[in-house]
Amino acid sequence: MERKRYVTDFKRVEGLGAAHDGVEHWWQQRLSAVALVFLTPFFLFPFARTLGQGHEAMRATYGDWWNAAIAILFVITSMWHLRLGLQVVIEDYVHSKPVRTAALVANSLLSVAVAIGGVFAIAKIAFGA
Amino acid sequence: MVEFTLPKNSRIRTGRTWPRPEGAKNLRTFRIYRWSPDDGENPRVDTYFVDTDDCGPMILDALIWIKNRIDPTLSFRRSCREGICGSCAMNIGGTNTLACIRGMDEYDGDIAIYPLPHMEVVRDLVPDLAHFYAQHASIMPWLETRTPEPEREWRQSIEDRKKLDGLYECVMCASCSTSCPSYWWNGDRYLGPATLLHAYRWMIDSRDEATGERLDQLEDPFKLYRCHTIMNCTNTCPKGLNPAKAIAEIKKMMVERKL
Repeated sequence: MERKRYVTDFKRVEGLGAAHDGVEHWWQQRLSAVALVFLTPFFLFPFARTLGQGHEAMRATYGDWWNAAIAILFVITSMWHLRLGLQVVIEDYVHSKPVRTAALVANSLLSVAVAIGGVFAIAKIAFGA
Repeated sequence: MVEFTLPKNSRIRTGRTWPRPEGAKNLRTFRIYRWSPDDGENPRVDTYFVDTDDCGPMILDALIWIKNRIDPTLSFRRSCREGICGSCAMNIGGTNTLACIRGMDEYDGDIAIYPLPHMEVVRDLVPDLAHFYAQHASIMPWLETRTPEPEREWRQSIEDRKKLDGLYECVMCASCSTSCPSYWWNGDRYLGPATLLHAYRWMIDSRDEATGERLDQLEDPFKLYRCHTIMNCTNTCPKGLNPAKAIAEIKKMMVERKL
């Protein structure tokens, strides 16, 4: 804690005040967690069943609109959940302001990039490329 | 701040072993953290032997016995010796608790005593609680009303009064907050379980008229949402209270007013 500045304890506690933010983040993390409980098995079972059986089998599985929809929902939800969760970890443990800001930005960009890549890949298989 | 190793001047060394009391038949060994701001030395752990036949049964009795009989320089806070003032909170046998309501017989072997974790130390077992108290003051720990004060008293139903049970008993000993990793890493901004339990105590008081204002004040990623339900607070509370549940209730209220 800062000791050199002559700042009172009340001033230090007040800081920049309340951000009036955080509820949405907390609520979305819970909602996405519950959604993933259902989405994960529905994504994993057809995926595991088809794995190792070649491109044609994959196309058959994800040509089914239901499997493709679940897979796309799974990718988007899990990346959204990952972004929210990693954000909390970074805020908890990274205290250097520039490093924290860079890590938060990188976290957002990476999770969005993976989500877009995943959705594109599933669509490509589903629509028979 | 996250720190994986202690800074050089905080590393604990083996201290002095004080002489055993003469003629004592039943001894308990205490290993106690010592640090003085005056000598520029690193903290050390001193070993004391307490004659349990000459001493009361509680840990605080042993500390007072050591101070009176062996080493008057040993510093610690104490006042009521019955778990109501919260002064003698310290880390005993690896758990934050009140020295006055813990018996020596509750511990096996040597009894290790350290100050409350991750606080600046004033001396020996005395932590600096100024920031902790300022955090408590920041949540308006009083009845906030706009209605003119009634002539006799603010009335409350028996059911509404019951809602304060398990909350009003908190004595602000800081055992819970200083057991919380989130408070260790982000205690400058995170209010910690003790302060949040008090915040909830006023939010659900049927007589208080500032619930919205209180929620506004806590709606912050750091003040409230650094709580990750680790539950150390509830495990360690010497009064058997449940700060983790109080915080969960605040989070529920936050969502409730949005839906």
